[in-house]
Amino acid sequence: MSKRAMTKARSEVPPAGPARASVPAHFKAGDRVRVLELFPLGHVRTPWYIRGKSGTVERLCGAYPNPEELAYHRSGLPAQPLYRVRFLQRDVWPDYHGNPTDTVDLEIYQHWLEEVP
Amino acid sequence: MPHDHDHPHETRPDAPDHLTYYQTMEVAVRELLIEKGIVTADDVRRQVEDMDGRNAGMGAKMVARAWVDPAYKQRMLSDGNAAAEEVGLDRGLYKLVVVENTPQQHNVIVCTLCSCYPRWLLGLPPDWYKSRNYRSRVVNEPRAVLREFGLELPDHMTVRVHDSNADMRYLVLPMRPAGTEGFSEEQLAAIVTRDSMIGVTVPAVG
Repeated sequence: MSKRAMTKARSEVPPAGPARASVPAHFKAGDRVRVLELFPLGHVRTPWYIRGKSGTVERLCGAYPNPEELAYHRSGLPAQPLYRVRFLQRDVWPDYHGNPTDTVDLEIYQHWLEEVP
Repeated sequence: MPHDHDHPHETRPDAPDHLTYYQTMEVAVRELLIEKGIVTADDVRRQVEDMDGRNAGMGAKMVARAWVDPAYKQRMLSDGNAAAEEVGLDRGLYKLVVVENTPQQHNVIVCTLCSCYPRWLLGLPPDWYKSRNYRSRVVNEPRAVLREFGLELPDHMTVRVHDSNADMRYLVLPMRPAGTEGFSEEQLAAIVTRDSMIGVTVPAVG
């Protein structure tokens, strides 16, 4: 690829955590959180199966431009903190068969999360 | 059986009659980029060649190093991109999260939304990874899906599914199998398969 094309392509992929305008992180590893049960139209990276479910923050991954904005050629800034959230399978699927400690981890942007009191 | 029966066989055309919407879109965008001098046809060809030339041997190199060097393993678990660079591979454009299998837990990767995959370390994802069947079922009944891949996990083991649904990419660090004592790093890398780094199987000797 030409240098110009490569530079452009790279600028559109979220780099691994450079300084840029981002929303402060509200949660930390170990916090209990719930995924909002919203059903907006458009490009959304929060899978349906996890909306409304509660889990525990496994780690903060950094801040990334909001994909719901990027999809429409907007900047996605300020960047949203992105978390890996760990859910117990039995909390996600009521009829889950398997070890009760089995988990599914997803990456959830902060604006999709609320605190579990 | 002689092939001289009297009914005609359906023949497959050499070229499809029409392109799908997205195939047409790809051709149109590619031609425009070339026409406007943003990329050349050779740039496109070289990128395809580069991607097709990538394979799971790259990820296997990291796994083998982690098996022989505990300090490297710790660095790999805390910063996958730096660990890739350390063994001479691309650090990649996405953040790499390495998840470790242990006697207590087994990890398996999926992208339920599309086909996100650490292509720069494993090459192109297999077709089944992109199938709706795998994507919808492995999050919901991972043990049944793993059994279909020939991997039976003991009930006491915790299964951790990782949905690669946003900006991270994932690599499973499998356990070093028994019977590999005295193996060189190259011999170890040779038994680390693509599927074992996705987590639908585990490395085995012989």
